[in-house]
Amino acid sequence: MGLWLAVAGCAGLLAAGSALVLPPRIRVGLVGVVTAVAGAAGAVAGGFALAGHTLTLQAPNPLPLGGVYLRVDALCGVFLAVTGAVVAAAAVYGIGYFREHGSNRAVQAVWPLFALALLLVPIAASVSTLLYAWELMALTSLLLVCSGHGAETRSAGVWYAVMTHLGLVTVLAGLVWLAAAAHTETFAGIAAAAPGISPVVKGFVFALVLAGFGSKAGMVPLHAWLPRAHPEAPSPVSAVMSAAMVNLGVYGLVRVGFDLLHGGSRWWWLTLLLLGAASAVYGIIQAAVASDLKRLLAYSTVENLGLILLAVGAAGVLQDSGQQLLAALALAAGLLHTATHGAFKTLLFLGAGSVLRTTGTRDLDELGGLRTRMPVTSGLFALGALGAAALPGGAGFPSEWLLLQSLIHGRVVPGATVLVMLPVAVGAVALSAGLAVATFVKALGTGFLAKPRSRAAERAREAPAPMLLGMGAAAVACAGFALVPGLAGPALGRAVAASGLAGGQLAGSQIAGRLSALGSTLAPLLVVGAVAALVVVLKGLLRITARAQRRAAVLWDCGAGPLTARMEYTATSFAEPLQRVFDDVLAPESDLDVTPHEESAYLVEKVAYSRAVPDRIEYRLYLPVIHTVRRAGRVAGIVANGSVHRYLGYGFSAVIVLLVALAATR
Amino acid sequence: MNALGITAHAIAVSLIQVIAVVLGAPLLVGLMRQVRARMEGRVGGGVLQPWRDTRKLLRKERLDPDGTGPAFRTAPLVGVAVGAVAAGAIPLAATGTALGTSVDLIAVVGLLALSSAWLALAGLDTATAFGGMGASREMTIAALAEPTVLMSVFALSARVGSTNLPAIVAAGAANAGRLASPASLLAAVALAVVVLAETGRLPVDNPSTHLELTMVHEAMVLEYSGPDLALVELGAAMRLTVLLGLWSSLFAPFGIATGTGPGALLLGLAVFAAKTALLGVLLAAGEVFTAKLRLFRVPELLAGSFLLGVLAVAASFFLN
Repeated sequence: MGLWLAVAGCAGLLAAGSALVLPPRIRVGLVGVVTAVAGAAGAVAGGFALAGHTLTLQAPNPLPLGGVYLRVDALCGVFLAVTGAVVAAAAVYGIGYFREHGSNRAVQAVWPLFALALLLVPIAASVSTLLYAWELMALTSLLLVCSGHGAETRSAGVWYAVMTHLGLVTVLAGLVWLAAAAHTETFAGIAAAAPGISPVVKGFVFALVLAGFGSKAGMVPLHAWLPRAHPEAPSPVSAVMSAAMVNLGVYGLVRVGFDLLHGGSRWWWLTLLLLGAASAVYGIIQAAVASDLKRLLAYSTVENLGLILLAVGAAGVLQDSGQQLLAALALAAGLLHTATHGAFKTLLFLGAGSVLRTTGTRDLDELGGLRTRMPVTSGLFALGALGAAALPGGAGFPSEWLLLQSLIHGRVVPGATVLVMLPVAVGAVALSAGLAVATFVKALGTGFLAKPRSRAAERAREAPAPMLLGMGAAAVACAGFALVPGLAGPALGRAVAASGLAGGQLAGSQIAGRLSALGSTLAPLLVVGAVAALVVVLKGLLRITARAQRRAAVLWDCGAGPLTARMEYTATSFAEPLQRVFDDVLAPESDLDVTPHEESAYLVEKVAYSRAVPDRIEYRLYLPVIHTVRRAGRVAGIVANGSVHRYLGYGFSAVIVLLVALAATR
Repeated sequence: MNALGITAHAIAVSLIQVIAVVLGAPLLVGLMRQVRARMEGRVGGGVLQPWRDTRKLLRKERLDPDGTGPAFRTAPLVGVAVGAVAAGAIPLAATGTALGTSVDLIAVVGLLALSSAWLALAGLDTATAFGGMGASREMTIAALAEPTVLMSVFALSARVGSTNLPAIVAAGAANAGRLASPASLLAAVALAVVVLAETGRLPVDNPSTHLELTMVHEAMVLEYSGPDLALVELGAAMRLTVLLGLWSSLFAPFGIATGTGPGALLLGLAVFAAKTALLGVLLAAGEVFTAKLRLFRVPELLAGSFLLGVLAVAASFFLN
């Protein structure tokens, strides 16, 4: 396993270095291939870790403020394998994408480093190593987000830079506090010292890392950067950010909460569960009314990460109540959903990237008709959408099924809080599942089916082979998770056991060929197989009994004249009923501007209508804070007005005050 | 018995149920239309009319409207296939169904959602204003009905400790007192509202309207003709039968065979037909006196049923 990690590291550095020196002609291909090798090697190392191998590496003194400690166990394995696989698929895709999309040397050099940082975070085994890797990940991804042009990109970059560094500050404060309390910074040492640390300190530490890691995982209300930054990055990078980077927030919470702090108290996990439920519902409501394809996918990431956080929170609550097996099952469901979300979100973002590359637009209201123009991409996107909608046959169904099972069986837990919380959690999962269906029917139906709504969509062409290959790899993973999720059972069991939950192996053994959870069973392969077989049989019957071949005919459409694309339902009109239903949550802004005729107020010259659905949490929560900070800055401006004399005076008086204070205290 | 727990008897039970649903679903629709017609003072086309329509449609030519693709062509097949799989999994006549341990209640709900999502895609695929309108409305209603369904599932399966339908139905049949518990009654009302919404009956959708302001399901399938239309109609009828059967199996599991004898199975089948027909007649009679709700009042109805679902869960937790 060490060999594979070394291969990943060397390949990543080689790709970054060669991007700097090679001529543009061969750069894109070589960087793509070498980065894909790095990702694949990382995934293989993750596979070994999931198979039960562990590895510890340490070098006590190469960096200031502590050594480099690396440790790979089965919990890291999940995130290592997911990240590696996502990076590999996105890198292969990137060969086609960057070649035609204008390749920027800086982007090509930073992108392998970003992949490397993502592989480094889960295997870091000391506070300082983790923080170095975390900051490397934040910086490289920030550079990639800022690689585009335009006001949107700049604003997204600022939001991302500020929020990711505030997140770093809280994680840093929490972990350093923890390391100080444990008198060691290695994770093994902290885990050993944790029982002796006061619960109050542990509570503060958890609250701090919850804010930091939660914001990386897009947890409401700290999600504001996510729907801005993910759409602006180049599409392969969006895929890696949405399918791999956000997972590391979940990893951090599981590692610190379960492994280092051994579970802690119930309110931590209840808070996490409720925030996860809020993220799931809020994320999918925003996705349901979004008409920008990549923004829709980014909000869907908020939803799915919310479900994962909900699962982790439920695992914590159940463990605290002594339900080891149920807790292990909930965490296994969360980890499985991390992997399946990685698969289908990679596929969806890469598909959106192909559409953006050929049409130049992400606006669903201008797309349509891509089914005939890019059939392979459309088919693959449909598979990803099926997964994201969590319908049977989709990748997301088995993991959400497992999550629901662990919640349904949670009735055995005593205590009114838990009994109130479980229905809330089930309701959140159910509402987000229902809205996800509507959201992805909209994305697929208005974006890829029907007739093109603009010239750009009319001129769309199928993506080149490397891009299709990258998407194909993600699609195979999606199909695997949808049909035979049981294969992941033993690995999940080991991962849950490695995070310190007893009952991990037992929970893993329940996820086999047939998923079973304490009395409930589900055979995903049989569900899909039965429906598919019946469809084939019915089709055959129809063909036998039919009198003639199918014949093309004009659309009837109630006998009206030929239809234009302007008469079609758009994504916005599709989502209008849902927007009305969730009016109070979304608070959409619509503006109707009627200009009357000069001579008579009864004659209308023109009517202008505009509508926008801003992120309400952003406006209600962030803008007041930003305004306060800005006002404080303006007040401070009176004191610091740029006069050198005044600054010298400040310095002089500060020294005097200091001396007086010293003299007084001596 | 193999790894999946499927015996020859279980396969026979499932096959018989599927055949019964396929043959009986159009009859149920015919019966409901006939009841409505009689109560409204019309003669009506007779119970067999849907089958006559199906026969007529199947003889017609198959047409591909301009610009439609695979989603449009496969949606009718998926609708019927999903109905058949659900009929093979739900214990309608006997608890020992072949798919009962592989396709649980959550999967049945998911499969039905899959078929309505597929039909919505077909509606969007036609690129007509009606298709999009129907799809948008259908998905809005389906999205809001989903939480109620899972809440009721939660209330029903939490006590049994399983979401597998044979286990839930067998537990209900063995202990009839449970069916009269507050949790079960609340869940029954909640699920009844959802069944109305999911099958497109009044007051959510009017199955016999072709008025643009009120159409939901019909708007999506306007472009279908010939054998495809026959399959769409059959799929919708099977969905209605399966959902009514599911409801009666969950809340009135009387007469459902728990053993393996052919006599019990036949009795179960007869009782299933009687229960479904009774529910259909009641539904049709109720529809005569009900007006359709405005589309934007439907969420209020569904929110009400969601509340009942939450109360059912609370009752199943606290009143035991």
